[in-house]
Amino acid sequence: MERVPILKIGDILLVSIQVDMSDQTAVQLQEDLAERIVATGCHGVIIDITALDIVDSFVGRMLSTIASISKVLDAETVVVGMRPAVAITLVELGLSLNGIRTALNVERGMELVAAARGDEWDEVDGDEDVETTATT
Amino acid sequence: MALSAEESGRLARLLSEHGERLTRRWTEIVATSLRGRLSQAELARQVQELHRSMIDAGENGLTDLSSEQGGELRAVLAELSRGRARQGFTATETAISVYALKDVLLELMEENHEGSALRDFVAFSGLIDQMGLFTFETYTRTRESLIADQAEQLLELSTPVVKIWEGVVAVPLVGTLDSARAQVVMERLLQTLVDTGSPYAIIDITGVPAVDTQVAQHILKTVVAARLMGADCIISGIRPQIAQTIVALGIEFGDIATKASLADALRQVLRLTGVETRRHQRRES
Repeated sequence: MERVPILKIGDILLVSIQVDMSDQTAVQLQEDLAERIVATGCHGVIIDITALDIVDSFVGRMLSTIASISKVLDAETVVVGMRPAVAITLVELGLSLNGIRTALNVERGMELVAAARGDEWDEVDGDEDVETTATT
Repeated sequence: MALSAEESGRLARLLSEHGERLTRRWTEIVATSLRGRLSQAELARQVQELHRSMIDAGENGLTDLSSEQGGELRAVLAELSRGRARQGFTATETAISVYALKDVLLELMEENHEGSALRDFVAFSGLIDQMGLFTFETYTRTRESLIADQAEQLLELSTPVVKIWEGVVAVPLVGTLDSARAQVVMERLLQTLVDTGSPYAIIDITGVPAVDTQVAQHILKTVVAARLMGADCIISGIRPQIAQTIVALGIEFGDIATKASLADALRQVLRLTGVETRRHQRRES
């Protein structure tokens, strides 16, 4: 059975899905991820789906489940790299991936995770955010 | 089958015997119907070419235009009507070029009267009718492909995605938004978001004459798709009448930001990204 690798970058876990997801792979990924979050104490999960040509309701539900699991373990989940064709298909199907944050690429995803974790403002784009509140 | 091999041989003989005179008269008749919009030399060349390929076809024993022997003749006819269609002549003016041959043949056959003339003429007419119909078909096909090309060009022209700031792209929509165009706009916008890595997009609908539920649906879909990819969309350029229509139709934009002008939308985006905009007082001299 294929396993999806989970990489740790700083305070973030990066999951890059490169294979077609089956029931087993999905369950395995959920287990692995939950274990890694607890083991590493990471506060952010980035799921990269750049390589996925097709996102159906099954994959959509899997993403939602992962987001919920991470939430319980106090980690933010961001789905990044969704292709235009995939986005269009999801909209046409009426699937909206409720409760999942999305970003254009891994870099933006990391910014988003950092922004969501308020205590790390100073490191990434804290200055900008402070200014926003000042100007508004 | 339009005519027998024997008859088509007779037609070829008739055409080649009186070649000079026939093409001259033929050109004359066509020229009057085209009212000088095609040069005499060009017309004469076309008629001669047609004349020649008809003789060739007749000598090869052409019995039906759609048969194998008619290949050459069909090619000449197709080229003729394609040219006419592109130059903006009407279908009638195109077909006349072929049907004029009937008049010429009639004149010719009345002069050297033979016993079987009537039967022959009817047979020849059959072939000419086929040729005429063929020009019609080619003509319509050419016009249709012209229209399709233009529609495609229009699609290309009217949906630019422009980058207006670091990380901000804008789509100025102009013209009525139908399903096909909405699809193109959506795909191009999303692709640009990926290519440029821009997290913000502004959809400007100043140039859209009317917003009905369908158009709104298309715009909403685009915004939702962009959100799925992790980009935020703002709709701008909503004119007063359009705002009234939107409310009257009960269209809900939900939590999608809408602004009256592109400038407002840009200011909003810049504020979100944390860029500070300030007005500099110009020094009076």
